[in-house]
Amino acid sequence: MRRGSLRGILGLLDLRIDKEVRNRVDRLALPFDALGLDPFGISRKHLRIALTALATLYRHYFSVETRGVGHVPTRGRAMLVGNHSGGVAIDGAMVIASCLLEMDPPRLAQGMVEKFIGRLPFLGEWASRTGQLTGLPEHAERLLEAERLLMVFPEGARGTAKLYRERNSLVEFGSGFVRLALKTRAPIVPFAVLGGGESFPTIANAYKLGRILGVPYVPLVAYGLPIPLPAKIEIQYAAPLMFSGTGNEDDEMVFGYVDKVKETIARMLTAGARRRRGEPEGREGERASAVLPSPGLARPGG
Amino acid sequence: MRVIIPGASGAIARKVAVRLAGEGHEVIGVDRRPWPDAPIEFHEVDVRKRGAEEVFRHARPEVVVHMATVTSLVMPGEERTQINLGGTRAVFEYSRAYGVQHCIFVGRHTFYGAGPDSPLFHLEDEPPLALDLFPELADLVAADLFAATALWRSPQLATTVLRACYTLGTTGHGTLAGFIRGKHVPMVMGFDPLFQFLHEDDLVEAIVRTIDRRPRGVFNVAGPQPLPLSYIVREAARTPVPVPEFILERLIGRFGFPTLPKGALTHIKFPVVVDGNAFREATGFEHRHGEIDTIATFRHAFPRPA
Repeated sequence: MRRGSLRGILGLLDLRIDKEVRNRVDRLALPFDALGLDPFGISRKHLRIALTALATLYRHYFSVETRGVGHVPTRGRAMLVGNHSGGVAIDGAMVIASCLLEMDPPRLAQGMVEKFIGRLPFLGEWASRTGQLTGLPEHAERLLEAERLLMVFPEGARGTAKLYRERNSLVEFGSGFVRLALKTRAPIVPFAVLGGGESFPTIANAYKLGRILGVPYVPLVAYGLPIPLPAKIEIQYAAPLMFSGTGNEDDEMVFGYVDKVKETIARMLTAGARRRRGEPEGREGERASAVLPSPGLARPGG
Repeated sequence: MRVIIPGASGAIARKVAVRLAGEGHEVIGVDRRPWPDAPIEFHEVDVRKRGAEEVFRHARPEVVVHMATVTSLVMPGEERTQINLGGTRAVFEYSRAYGVQHCIFVGRHTFYGAGPDSPLFHLEDEPPLALDLFPELADLVAADLFAATALWRSPQLATTVLRACYTLGTTGHGTLAGFIRGKHVPMVMGFDPLFQFLHEDDLVEAIVRTIDRRPRGVFNVAGPQPLPLSYIVREAARTPVPVPEFILERLIGRFGFPTLPKGALTHIKFPVVVDGNAFREATGFEHRHGEIDTIATFRHAFPRPA
């Protein structure tokens, strides 16, 4: 009976699969076997369900506007690198939706998921069935070697913890992503997400409560319920950056590349924020004011 | 060549023995478990006992395929540690003493352990993880690492440590096969880890190739791509029964649920998946049976219980 009811629910979900999503998932250039599974455990069935949900949010709830999707390579390895926007992972989810819905042929962006997700029932399972693997350097490298589209947020959990007033700023970037891009000769496609802060206006983060619940922190919003509001989200992709090297360069050189990526994103954020306020976007090459002044030369390693 | 197989009465070991004998090798089995009507020379003796050493002394084999290790699912308790560690030590001592050229330790891919932050596709140079969650695995991990010390301890002895993933096939033996044997297969609700397995005949082939090519070192042996456990269960015509973890912990060993050490639950929550490329390159091994085909073999041999 349990089996029957589960089947029933799945069948119902199957009926509600968006036609375009189904068509686009079927066009993904992933090596699915006869059961619809790829070697990383990505499932076509799960993708259809999850992306139908994301597509609905993308089109109708956040009314996402994507610019410059032509900058994302249509095949071969590439690393999408962008800012965190909003206290929950709507930024990553909308980037995944934009690559599936706006690209031709569609691609699956594969993010690096916070480790605590894997410990949680259902969430961890759905993350792995949809190609969102635990954030480990081994996974990132293997996905690039398998010519996948990797999605990286170098701000990490510090980035999702940004408060409303910090929404269009960037916190410290790690450098691991540049070393990996150098090592695997992968182009970096910078992207900026705007609007996540308006959609999820965090006023404070409860770190102690988070520790009790087994998550890094719990973002708090003024209206109580931790549900994103239907604010308009914008995603902008920039031209790919290709750095040459081995990945074993000195920190100084690597951080130079990191700053280049960060500035590109910051520039898109500044221009985007102006656009959203109805002001002129500013000229190309103008100093990026969204980059927070870095306190001295001290930077975290890794 | 003359080949001694400690642990020859095991399901896969028997297949290896028969296959090697068929290829003209002189195969001698050693196991404390009986093998009635064995088609090869067989000695029913514990590998740690003097009788086993006598077999080595007398036969002077060129190759040893050490398959006399057991998991905690088959044998709980202290004796397992003695078999796995004492037995492995004895096999390598005899191999050194009686001029063996090549010793193969057939170990398991569960060496790497399962945990929420362990990577997919482990490489051979990674240390074991999450042993604290599954202490019953420690003796097999230690046996694996001990076997590998022969690489520097006895340079004259070619040593190969194989970390083979689960097997499915006609014998119905093995950790995964045992787990999905019944009509209903318990799963931890909300978790559906990737499981990696290969066809029994492919593992036999991998061991035979290891004998032929004599690669030194530690190698993962993998077959087709891994599958989520629920897919394996359904393909095997069984029914997955997701049970919340706190309930499953209490059900283990009761009401027809299989008896498992508590730590084994981590292995049905999180994946252990290995990268088998180094072995493929060293030996030219290629699996002949795909993942669906392999499960079908098991399903035909063991249809869904009525």
